[in-house]
Amino acid sequence: MRPLTLTLFTNARLIDPEAGQIIDGGLLVEDGTIREILNGPVENPTKYGADTVIDCAGKYLAPGIVDIGVKVCEPGERHKESFRSAGAAAAAGGVTTIVTRPDTDPAIDNPETLEFVIRRAREAAPVHVLPMAALTKGRMGREMTEISFLLDAGAVAFTDCDHVVTDTKVFSRALTYARSLGALVIAHVQDPGLSAGSCVTSGKFASLRGLPGVTPMAERMALDRDIALIEMTGARYHADQITTARALPALERAKANGLDITAGTSVHHLTLNVLDVADYRTFFKLKPPLRDEDDRTAVVEAVASGLIDIISSMHTPQDEESKRLPFEEAASGAVALETFLPAALRLVHAEQINLPHLWRAMSLNPAKRLGLPSGRLSAGAPADLVLFDANAPFVMDRTTLRSKSRNTPFDGQRMQGKVLATYVDGACVFETGS
Amino acid sequence: MTFKHRHLLGIEPLAPMDITTLLDLADDYVTLNRTAKHSETLAGLTQINMFFENSTRTQASFEIAGKRLGADVMNMAMQASSIKKGETLIDTAMTLNAMHPDLLVVRHPQSGAVDLLAQKVNCAVLNAGDGRHEHPTQALLDALTIRRAKGRLHRLSIAICGDIAHSRVARSNIMLLGKMENRIRLIAPPTLMPSGIKEFGVEVFDNMAEGLKDVDVVMMLRLQKERMDGGFIPSEREYYHRFGLDSEKLAHAKPDAIVMHPGPMNRGVEIDGTLADDINRSVIQEQVEMGVAVRMAAMDLLAQNLRAERAAA
Repeated sequence: MRPLTLTLFTNARLIDPEAGQIIDGGLLVEDGTIREILNGPVENPTKYGADTVIDCAGKYLAPGIVDIGVKVCEPGERHKESFRSAGAAAAAGGVTTIVTRPDTDPAIDNPETLEFVIRRAREAAPVHVLPMAALTKGRMGREMTEISFLLDAGAVAFTDCDHVVTDTKVFSRALTYARSLGALVIAHVQDPGLSAGSCVTSGKFASLRGLPGVTPMAERMALDRDIALIEMTGARYHADQITTARALPALERAKANGLDITAGTSVHHLTLNVLDVADYRTFFKLKPPLRDEDDRTAVVEAVASGLIDIISSMHTPQDEESKRLPFEEAASGAVALETFLPAALRLVHAEQINLPHLWRAMSLNPAKRLGLPSGRLSAGAPADLVLFDANAPFVMDRTTLRSKSRNTPFDGQRMQGKVLATYVDGACVFETGS
Repeated sequence: MTFKHRHLLGIEPLAPMDITTLLDLADDYVTLNRTAKHSETLAGLTQINMFFENSTRTQASFEIAGKRLGADVMNMAMQASSIKKGETLIDTAMTLNAMHPDLLVVRHPQSGAVDLLAQKVNCAVLNAGDGRHEHPTQALLDALTIRRAKGRLHRLSIAICGDIAHSRVARSNIMLLGKMENRIRLIAPPTLMPSGIKEFGVEVFDNMAEGLKDVDVVMMLRLQKERMDGGFIPSEREYYHRFGLDSEKLAHAKPDAIVMHPGPMNRGVEIDGTLADDINRSVIQEQVEMGVAVRMAAMDLLAQNLRAERAAA
């Protein structure tokens, strides 16, 4: 039977994260699915009988980004970000799958709220939206949510986001229960006692600015605790953001011991450090806080070596009112869907990581961890693709962002790398100039 | 004149020459305060004191300083007003700005809040203390006190003792005394020492006998009880035993060492009451006097820049 649509991409530099290589060639997409990788120049484009032929003009064509941990502020704070605005931002940023956080108001902790979210996403977002659900009711750390019902309703992972489940008994039971259902649990690693009241990483900068700091050790302590609990329960676990050098040996040991653990980090922690906060710039207030340069470089190396599996944008919209406050009072988080790709490319331009490897961390690994077929350039994978120019320079202007909130730390900064087009299931959802 | 700053937000942005200029002018104001007690330097200018945090001494000092220079001074007790009604700091600043003040004196419990406010108004802003960040006029008055007592403000050995972690006075003093090339020794239990302190170019001690050895100046800090989330020290009496300044501990310092305290004092917690009152050692009353003079000098310099800026516009 003849396919409904057949699209041929020619003259592309294909980034294949699975094989770890870049291939000059083309790609044939049939009804939203990749049918064939064409190695080498496409000699006779007409022979494939494609409805559409897209000349990539020697630019990179890669699997779309799979971003775990995106905050869309529905329900509750639609003025900060809606599925429509987040979807448009994702498409413009080359993000073809957003995995949303449940730290909304109210929290997404029951199947009814989850169904609302899925319906809203379907109506408004041009990219895939996969919701996560809270691990405990109201993210309060006391009672576990209806994990089985939520899985049936479409939750892809369970997390209380930046709330740490402090009661180890509650957490161990939730992990045990989740394990029986094969559910992935994502946790924030930050010792709640040590980090209470803090808003920056402790050290000279915190002391100079007179801001309450948290020792980087708080991250390792929380990770150590969680590793013990995973060993005890056998749960599938992902640490949302590893941002310090001292947490890395523990992670390495846990992986070597065969625990079902993966770890992520945020693109901001890979590209910025604590000194960027400068004169109390609240757009640089993140959770966990930005770290020292030594920690940043250690985490970059850990991504390059594969010890840290996943890079996320940790897209967190905050309106001006939440940010134009004294630093301690200001809200945490930064928007990142549209700056994710150029920010991550800084590591490539600095020759700290190569493109296929970066795409493993931004696309293949998160897809694998969630059991998705995307994140690959292979026959049968969905044609979720991003076409981009890795070198195109521009100066970031936050007023151009599609997010309703424009709290990016990269405002006014020089960046390199522009998305030219984004395809979801073979359909173009963004094109430069659109 | 070398003092080219629009605001006085902290010691950090000041150059040594700025500090000297300001202290020289303050010396003149000490003389004025002891004689005529009035000038018209700030006549026609409006000074608003906005204190988002309780203060008696600093507010009174700024008020007297402004009045002696002929400014129209207004005090606003911010804890009692719009903040309680949910107005943001920026909104408050914009409202106030519309009243065309010339000098805004601000104290706020949050570090960086005064910087934020200064970005939103078009008048000169003086930081009267923000969180645990800076308290520049306190450091300047301490510097003037030291300079007058010791005849110089460089190559002195100066000990700062007490709750350094929570103290904006300590930060501003470390910055100022460091810029003027003094040897700074910090003495505190490690729980009251800020993180990364060794990178500040200071010597760190947790023992008074060692820390005070041969110093020229002993600066005691208030044990900020209201800032204690709990558990920094076991008890007040143990603190007094180990870190409270009495004549026995002071004997480790140079025989002519002076004793300073920014006030208000907790007698019997960080300092022995008799010692605090000893006019041969304690310069605590002089500090209060210098405070008025330093604030007059600071407002005078900022007003000169403000007037020059407006004349140029």
